[in-house]
Amino acid sequence: MYDGWKIVIGLIIGIGLLIFPLFYNGLKAAKAPEPELTAKAKEAKECIESKSFMRTQHMKILDRWRNEVVRDANRLYESTSGMRFDKSLQNTCMDCHSNKSKFCDQCHNYMGVVPYCWDCHIEPKENK
Amino acid sequence: MGMDRRRFLKIAGLSAVMGLGGKAAFDLFAPGELEASVKDVPITAVKKWGMVVDMSKMDDEIMEKCIEACHRIHNVPNIGNLKDEIKWIWKEIYEHTFPGQHHQYVSEAYHGRNFLVFCNHCTNPPCCRVCPTKATWQREDGIVMMDQHRCIGCRFCMAACPFGARSFNYGDPRKAPKELNPDFPTNPAYPTRTKGVVEKCNLCAERLAKGEVPACMEAANKIKEDSLVFGDLDDPDSKVRELLREHYSIRRKPELGTEPNIYYIV
Repeated sequence: MYDGWKIVIGLIIGIGLLIFPLFYNGLKAAKAPEPELTAKAKEAKECIESKSFMRTQHMKILDRWRNEVVRDANRLYESTSGMRFDKSLQNTCMDCHSNKSKFCDQCHNYMGVVPYCWDCHIEPKENK
Repeated sequence: MGMDRRRFLKIAGLSAVMGLGGKAAFDLFAPGELEASVKDVPITAVKKWGMVVDMSKMDDEIMEKCIEACHRIHNVPNIGNLKDEIKWIWKEIYEHTFPGQHHQYVSEAYHGRNFLVFCNHCTNPPCCRVCPTKATWQREDGIVMMDQHRCIGCRFCMAACPFGARSFNYGDPRKAPKELNPDFPTNPAYPTRTKGVVEKCNLCAERLAKGEVPACMEAANKIKEDSLVFGDLDDPDSKVRELLREHYSIRRKPELGTEPNIYYIV
C-alpha cells in the first residue's frame, strides 16, 4: 500500500469525525421532548381520539381530513366516543393546542420532520 | 436468435397470466373499493350554483365593497404590481368583459363602464380538463374548486381559462409588501396560499358549508338589495331563475362553449 500512513491517518480522522456526536452526547440518546398541554387542552381531558391513537395517527387523520374537507365538502368528524368536530387544523386542533412551539414543533424538530402545513395554514399567535 | 414463434407465444401467454395474478387482479376482482371510501356524503342538495349580477343596481362603490370583503375573508394579498397581482374578484370595463358585444356605437352608459367579474364556475370548465393533477375540478354542485394541497403550479389552468379568473403566486403571499397589507393575514380562520400555487374564487365553498352566503353577495346586498344574487340554477323557483326569467341577461364569451354560470342583467 503506497502512502499507507496517510490513508490510516485519514481514516482515523474521518471515522473520528463521524462518531464524534455519539461521544459528545455521552453515548446517550437525546431525551424525547414531551408535548406540553395548554390549560384548555388539559381541561378537555381527551383529544378527538385517545392519546395513544393521536400520538401515532395524528398525521394520517390530518391527511384524511384535508382531502375530505376540500374534495368532498365533508367537514364533520365523528369520534369513536360519538363527539363531533369540525375537521380543521387551524380552527379545531390549534384552538386547544394553541402552544404550537411546545406542542408541535418540539417533537417535530426532535424527529426531524418538517410538515409544510404552516406554509399556508396560519399558526396561532403565541406569547413566547 | 434461438426463439421461434411458438416459444415466443408461450412466454407471452404465461406473462399475461402472471400479470393478471399480480396488480391487475386487484383491479379486476376487487373493483370500486377506492371509490366507495371517497364518496362518503353527497356535497349538497344543490345541482348547480350560479350567480346573477344586476348591473342596473351595481355601481363602483358596491363593487369595491365586494372585492374588499372577498379578499379580506380569503387572505388575498395586495401585491402592488399588475404582473404578480392576485385577484379572486375584480372590476373590468365593458369592452374587456364582453369583447364580442362591443362595437363603436355602443351606448355611452356602457362605454368604459366597470363590471364585476370573477370565476364563472363554468359548466364545461376548460381549466379542469387541462389540470394534470386534478387539483382543480368541478364539484357535484357545479363549483369549480381548487385543492391547494395538490396544485403543482404548472399554470395550465391559467392558460386554459378564457376569463383570466386565475392568479399565480409568484412569491410567498405572506411576504407581500407590508405597507399595502398592514394586517395580513386578515382572516385567521382561513389559510393563506403558498408560493407556486394557482388560486381563484371558490364561490365561498367554506361559507356555504356553514349555511352562509358568499362574501361578495353579503357585502353587495348590505348596500343594495339584490344587486348580486346567488342560488341554484337547477331549481326553477329559485331567486336566480326568477331574475333570469324576468330580465334579459348576458354571459361572458358564451361563444367559447364553456357555459358560464354567472349571468349579467344589463
